[in-house]
Order: sequence, then C-alpha cells, then structure tokens
Amino acid sequence: MNITAQRSPELTRRAAARLPSDGADWRYHAGMAESEFTPVAGNGLLDRRLFLTRILAFGAIAPTVHATVPDEPWMKTPGAPFTNYGSPSAYERGVVRWISATDRAPGNGVSWSPLHELDGIVTPSGLHFERHHNGVPQIDPARHRLIVNGAVEHALEFSVESLLRYPRVSRFLVVECGGNSNAGWREKPIQTSAGYFHGLVSCSEWTGVPLRLLLDEAGVSAGADWIIAEGADAFGMTISLPLTKARDDCLLALLQNGERLRPEQGYPLRLLVPGWEGVLNVKWLRTLTLAREPVMARNETARYTELQPDGSARMFTFVNAVKSLLTSPSAGMRLNGAGFYELSGLAWSGRGRVTKVEVSADAGSSWAEAALNEPVLPQCFTRFRLPWHWNGEPCVLQSRATDETGAVQPTRAALVGERGRHGYFHYNAIVSWQVDGDGALTHTYVDVAGAPASADPFDADW
Amino acid sequence: MRIGEGLLWCWLAVAMPLQAAELTPRLGVKPAAHTLTTHANLVFPDGRGLPAGSGSVEQGARLYARLCVACHGLDGRGGPGGELSGGNPDLRAAQPDRTIGSYWPHATTLFDFIRRAMPLNAPWSLNNDEVYALVAWLLEANGIRVPNGRLDAATLAAIRMPNRDGFRWIDAPAP
Repeated sequence: MNITAQRSPELTRRAAARLPSDGADWRYHAGMAESEFTPVAGNGLLDRRLFLTRILAFGAIAPTVHATVPDEPWMKTPGAPFTNYGSPSAYERGVVRWISATDRAPGNGVSWSPLHELDGIVTPSGLHFERHHNGVPQIDPARHRLIVNGAVEHALEFSVESLLRYPRVSRFLVVECGGNSNAGWREKPIQTSAGYFHGLVSCSEWTGVPLRLLLDEAGVSAGADWIIAEGADAFGMTISLPLTKARDDCLLALLQNGERLRPEQGYPLRLLVPGWEGVLNVKWLRTLTLAREPVMARNETARYTELQPDGSARMFTFVNAVKSLLTSPSAGMRLNGAGFYELSGLAWSGRGRVTKVEVSADAGSSWAEAALNEPVLPQCFTRFRLPWHWNGEPCVLQSRATDETGAVQPTRAALVGERGRHGYFHYNAIVSWQVDGDGALTHTYVDVAGAPASADPFDADW
Repeated sequence: MRIGEGLLWCWLAVAMPLQAAELTPRLGVKPAAHTLTTHANLVFPDGRGLPAGSGSVEQGARLYARLCVACHGLDGRGGPGGELSGGNPDLRAAQPDRTIGSYWPHATTLFDFIRRAMPLNAPWSLNNDEVYALVAWLLEANGIRVPNGRLDAATLAAIRMPNRDGFRWIDAPAP
C-alpha cells in the first residue's frame, strides 16, 4: 500500500537517507517545525483541526524548474482505448478480497473486504465482503419471482420487471456480518491485515423499494408479527425478521452503488435491513412469509446465537453495536521513521449516527477527539482522521467510537468479562495496534498484556 | 357550493396527501397454485409445515453413511462440515461443544434445514421419508429418544430438545 502524500524536499532527503524504499512509505508531509505543535493527548496526538488550518501551507511547495520535455513515457504515446466497463489499475491488483473457504465446500465461506487498502466511506462493489453458504446462484431475472405469502389477505407474486416500476429510495448503509471480527474472542491476538480480521463489513449506496409498500399491497393479517425471508440460493437461506423493523426502514434492494446488484450481492433482489446483522439481509430474495412467530431456522438457532458463560445463549441479537478501528496505519503496515502521520479509520453503529471518535496513542491512558469527515449518516461508515506526531518509541494505537444513543465502544476486557469467549458473534471491542520501535504494526490485546497465549480450537463452520 | 362538492374538496385535501405518500403501481399478481406450493417450504417449531411421510432410525443410519459422513464424520462427531454430536455437552465448560443435542432448541429445525440445504452438493434431492429418517438418526445419535425408532409429522413435532429453554431473546420481544 502506498498512500504517500506530498512531502517537502527536505523530508524526502531525510527519508531516503534513512530508510529503504519498501513501497510501504506513507509518511505525511510536514512543512513546519515540530515545535509548532502541542499534543492534545499522550504520545503525540494532535488537534484534529490542525490539518484544516495548515493544509494550504502543505501544498505551497516551490516548483523546481526542469527541461521542457517531460520524462514520463505515457505522455509521448497515445493511451489505451475506451473500455465498456472499467477496472482498477494494473498496479492495484493486490487490492482484493481475501477468500476463506474449504476445498470440500468452496461455496461455503467468506471473502473479506480489504478495509486497510481503502479510504473514504464507500466500499467498491467488487470489494464488498461476501458470506455465502453454498455458492453464488446465477439467476435469470426473467425467471425470478418474489412471493409474499403466509398471514396476508392475498398472496402476491412480483416479477423483477414489476418491482423496478415501484417508487425507490437510496441510502448509504453498512452491511456487517454478525460474525465480523470474531477472531477477537480468541485468547491470542490474530496477526493479519485489518481487513482480513474486521472486513466482514462494507458500505454501499443501496437503492430499492421500501418493503412496507409490498406488505401493504398484500395486506398483513393481525397478529403476524414476523416475516420469514428466503433466498433462492442452493442453501435456501432462511431467516426471521420482526414486522416492526420490516415496516420501519427495510428495503428490497435492486441496485448497489448506482448499478444493478452484483450476483454475489444478491442479484436480482436482496433484503436490506439497516443496522442489523448481515445474515438478515437475505440475498436472491424469493419468498417473504408472514407469520405470528419466527420459524427458528438453523441460522437463527444453531448459528448466529451467542453462548454465554452461564450456559445460556443470546438469540435474535439483531443490532450491530457501535464500533470503530484504525485502518491506516494498521496491523502489517510499517511507519517510516518518527514524524508526522495521519491516523485514519472507520466507525459505524447499527443504532444510528456516530457522534464521536476518540483516538489514543498510549494504550487508552489518554484520548484525543478525531475529526469526522462529512457526511456522517446513520448506520453508515463514518471516516475519522487525526494528525499524529510519532516520537519513534513503541506505543499502542486505539480508536473508540460513541453513537447517538450514547453507547461507547467497550474495551476488550469489558466485553469478554460480560460475554465470555464463546459467543462468536457481535464482537465490537476497541482494537489495539502495537507500534514497535522500528515502526512495524501488529495486533495486540492491551488488557491481557503478558497473559499466556494458548492454542485456541476454532470451528471453521462458525 | 353544494354540500357534496364541499365534502369532495374536504376529502381531496385530507386524503390525497396521505395517499400520495404510499402511491404504488400495485403490480403484484395472484400466484399460480404451483408457485404457491414451491414457495411454501417452512417448518415451524409447532410442526406446522411438516409434510406427510415417515422415516426410521435404521434408514437414517444408512443414509448418513452414504451422504453425510464425509463432511460430518463418524457418528456425526465432526469433520470439515462441523460436528453434529458428541464432545462436551456442558455449555458452561471451558470448551463446550454446540451440537444438535447440546444446543439446538427445536427438532423441527433439523427437518427444515436438511431438506433445503443438505447434502451441499445436491440440495432438495432427498424425499420427505429420507429427511425424516436422517432426523431420526441424528436425534438418536445425540441421545434423544425417538419413540419406536420412527418419525413422522406428529412424532417429530412432539420431540422436546434438551436446550429448548436455553435462549434469551435480545432485540425482539419474547413471546
């Protein structure tokens, strides 16, 4: 990854003299004396407004006079012709989803979104995470039907063509698997890139028909408090959803980021359940059955429930609680020497807007408030940033989000203390990145530092 | 202005804005009988949705050995497809095993899930008798008694799972 910003010639000379060119250089430009900065929290965290006030100075670099003819070969020969559908630069081929599935069942598993390679709040459609239970069906939209049945006045059938004629709304929304970040329950901190640990979450602009419209057309019977949604994949993915949520803000999504859904995101039709765990957002939607009770499908009983220390299990834990992590820098990256950097990351909450993100560079002893990039939308990624002066010493970087309900992201110690380690789902604790003296970042647990690590059996099917 | 005309204007003023907010083309049509049948496959905990037919533990054992053992292991004790029985059933243990017997709250879920999703290489390939047989064998393998070694709609709906009351509803009001 290379997110090198503009640098002063002086800084470039210093960096070149001190450090090998390893392609991981992402030092932020600093065009002013270090004495100008007064940290607002421990280990060099600076005021979030600093970049805003000094950004013009950063760009005002005196141009060096060169000969008139440019050096770049691509300025001297015509470029490539037009393409019908664009794709990323050949130099960005490493920015991909990381696939985790078994050989025996290659369609049962996940692919992780590379959050650590991305910026802003929109996940490119081709990098949106996937969770499939038995492959991606290739559905002919002309043959696909949505049936609304069960406890309704009249069962109805909708073609995709007819659904495309209904009034639509568009919303930027996070979809997060309930099992995202589940490696956090392990005793030993997993060592992998941030996206391959936390990347079962993505954010898109979803466009579709309010589910309420079709429910009203079918006429929901009194007492039918649940909807059971079924997908048309080779797993018959089935899940129960409370009618109140369905009527409140759920969408029958037909488009993602301006184009029709990708097959792996549910083409031609999927359910969007804002802020609730991903398994409810049924892809390839074929049936909506109204009922007075949940169907108790495999994926709402044997899975997507959370075993607690007392032997009971949490069930219908729908809402994804407030969460954040630093994506840049993050585990697997390396800082190229002491100096100024921009810390950046993502925050979101299933309960509404993120109202505050704080960053710590001293393992949680002190916190500085980060700047939130606009737009800040409910149940959507919020991008936060904070300038930082690294003094070159080992330290621990963390972020902590607060949402509009006042909920604060918990420490890992608090979460594990309350829920034990066998819940598997809904891990939203503060994420800690250890920076060593060479600038290398690894994943760490602050609250159990020094505790012995142990082998941790892990069922891949969970 | 006549009274009727005045009422009409009142109706327009009140009703039109309300209707406009929910105005849709209303393109849903009545499904054909066949379509209704192929979209009615849910099996509820009270047994609603269970089809006719029956299957025995012995038949289930043979089916399991032929179709399931490669992924779920001997006696359902685990493989690439996850464990279905055995292990430590104490859910308060340091390393608890969430099997059908120790964890699943409803036996009807087995029928619903196996029929629609198993085996992974051929979903919807088992007939209803075969699904009843597999459910019967899986229950016995988990130490859950199947009366007379045979299951049908009535006997399956009557099975009470050991962890039936082990769940707390978090984001939905419990019944």
